[in-house]
Amino acid sequence: MPFSRAINAGLRAALAGSDRVLLMGEDIGKLGGVFRVTEGLQAEFGEQRVLDTPLAESGLVGTAIGLAMAGFRPVVEIQFDGFVFPAFDQITTQLAKLTNRHEGALQMPVVIRIPYGGHIGAVEHHQESPEAYFTHTAGLRVVSPSTPNDGYWMIQDAIASPDPVIFLEPKSKYWQKGEVDTSARALPLHASRIVRRGTDITLVGHGAMVTTMLQAAALAEAEGTSIEVVDLRSLSPVDYGPILDSVRRTGRMVYAQEAPGFTSLGSEVAATVMERAFYALEAPVLRVSGFDVPFPPAKLEGAYLPDADRILEAVDRSLAY
Amino acid sequence: MIPVDDSALVRFLDADGTFAPSPAAEPYREAVERIGDADLETFYRDMAVIRAFDVQATNLQRQGQLALWPPSYGQEAAQVGSARAARAQDHLFPSYREHVVTKIRGVDPIDIIRVMRGLTHGGWDPTDPKNGNTHIYTLVLGSQTLHATGLGMGLVFDGRCGTGDLDRDEAVIVYYGDGASSQGDVHEAMVFANSYRTPEVFFLQNNQWAISVPVATQSRSPLHKRGEGYGMPSTLIDGNDVLASWAVTRTALDEARAGGGPQAIEAMTYRLGAHTTSDDPTKYRTSDEEESWRRRDPIARMKAFLIGKGASDAFFADVEAESQALADDVRTRTNALGGLERDDMFAHVYSEQHPLVGEQRQWLADYEASFEGGAS
Repeated sequence: MPFSRAINAGLRAALAGSDRVLLMGEDIGKLGGVFRVTEGLQAEFGEQRVLDTPLAESGLVGTAIGLAMAGFRPVVEIQFDGFVFPAFDQITTQLAKLTNRHEGALQMPVVIRIPYGGHIGAVEHHQESPEAYFTHTAGLRVVSPSTPNDGYWMIQDAIASPDPVIFLEPKSKYWQKGEVDTSARALPLHASRIVRRGTDITLVGHGAMVTTMLQAAALAEAEGTSIEVVDLRSLSPVDYGPILDSVRRTGRMVYAQEAPGFTSLGSEVAATVMERAFYALEAPVLRVSGFDVPFPPAKLEGAYLPDADRILEAVDRSLAY
Repeated sequence: MIPVDDSALVRFLDADGTFAPSPAAEPYREAVERIGDADLETFYRDMAVIRAFDVQATNLQRQGQLALWPPSYGQEAAQVGSARAARAQDHLFPSYREHVVTKIRGVDPIDIIRVMRGLTHGGWDPTDPKNGNTHIYTLVLGSQTLHATGLGMGLVFDGRCGTGDLDRDEAVIVYYGDGASSQGDVHEAMVFANSYRTPEVFFLQNNQWAISVPVATQSRSPLHKRGEGYGMPSTLIDGNDVLASWAVTRTALDEARAGGGPQAIEAMTYRLGAHTTSDDPTKYRTSDEEESWRRRDPIARMKAFLIGKGASDAFFADVEAESQALADDVRTRTNALGGLERDDMFAHVYSEQHPLVGEQRQWLADYEASFEGGAS
């Protein structure tokens, strides 16, 4: 099943499971969303469960907060990553803090779905990697599935969470197919996962970069290097257990991400691994990132985005220590 | 200041307390004339008592007991009339100056003190019935207008309005100011409110100044006219006339709860005090202007009206005693407020346990315990 259909199926299951679940967004009803993730859901559940809203991102998130206060579980779709910033105030100053400000008396079970990242050759503000803004904000949980199976289960787990969840969907993976086991979830929402076993070095990343890391691992294998790949899945909180176990076995780690490197998620994970597994390390933890420039015009995204070769260059540097 | 169109202004009491309904007030006249003497006295009592509280809180801030105080001095009529117009089942979203609104709904005034003393970012539980569906203060301007609208959408979706039962149907009132009216969130809230026909009253207290910036910088057209642009009935009231505030808000809330969609009210008022205790109004406005509004004081106006109706000296003495008692009680309880526990900052960041927060709470506990004698 393609990733976008898997999320669609997960949303359908959540809508069917509770009439308090609402989907809200621009063009998510009749059109089914610009990526068709919500296709067919309004026809099935009606216009009061799947809302085509006015075109106003702050309004979307702000009213979702009020709906949560009225006992609903709203799932907001932001159409593209670069369009989340008009809603940034409501997300960071309101949604993230309201449970805390109410001293636990109110819960904020709001999910914000955001298609993010590059690889689709889109125009201005249609491919960005804003994850660090959200992981830096206490009160938010941030997750990013990278496979259809995770898309199906993690969206349901995010909706079930009593806390606000920023749900980052790697948009270049919407058409990627994979097995979905609808009978049982593989992992809890906030678990990281070793997706490929290896012995020489640990690659850690999230979202679309998981596919790129697996490509790099396959190429390295042909050259005799055994790479272990960890999919973070949850960006806040980070599940360090599998990462530290892996690094203690391999002695080396590279973090790969599309986002700019400065004060990024990769910076945080690298620093923590160095704090907690220093004596297991044979080399400093390295980061492979997008550059610290605005996401470039599409014709340059190939040079901006880390690919398997850039990851392998870092692997070689690590192994050279 | 933007000239007020007197033909549109709903006013019952002249500045001297004479009952003299303006032409725009006529549709509300019958309802106002039905208000019993006991309720009229309650309106006055509400305003006078909260002013004593407000003055006491300002003094407490000057004495270093509070980090900040936003005075409500001068805006009592707009607040009392609108809050008394709400029915028990209604939901109220204040911004941060609606001290008497929260008190009328049952919130203990000491809970506001706790916010301004730096003991909490919230202060009360809006889901606790004793707080009358009153939400916590919101300091980021205009944000709460969207929360109120979202809650109103929920009322529509759940069929909790528009059934024709005024005693059961629910409505929402949200308070904001002339400065906040420039915020995009207020615009978006009005768009959403009309799209989903929320049972909601947008209650704008135009107190003429957004800290030091006059309302003319926020808008070159009267703010009440904006509501019409979004497709909602909009009414201009004399915000220093508690009767106008009560009558127009009562009508607007009932029309909203009955399924008529959102409504807007602009209450023309004035904050006689500072924006907060951090600013100095003498730097940005004239004493002549302040004096002209002081002559329109909402409490003096209501007192003159009640005296004209024969209210007793004993009543005013009783209100004075209650005002003093509240002020004394707030001072006593403010001084008795304790501190916070170290762990409080880690509590309620998330509803479900978050390992990073949990680890840091434990680290701090261990660190404090590592000193001789343990944590202090």
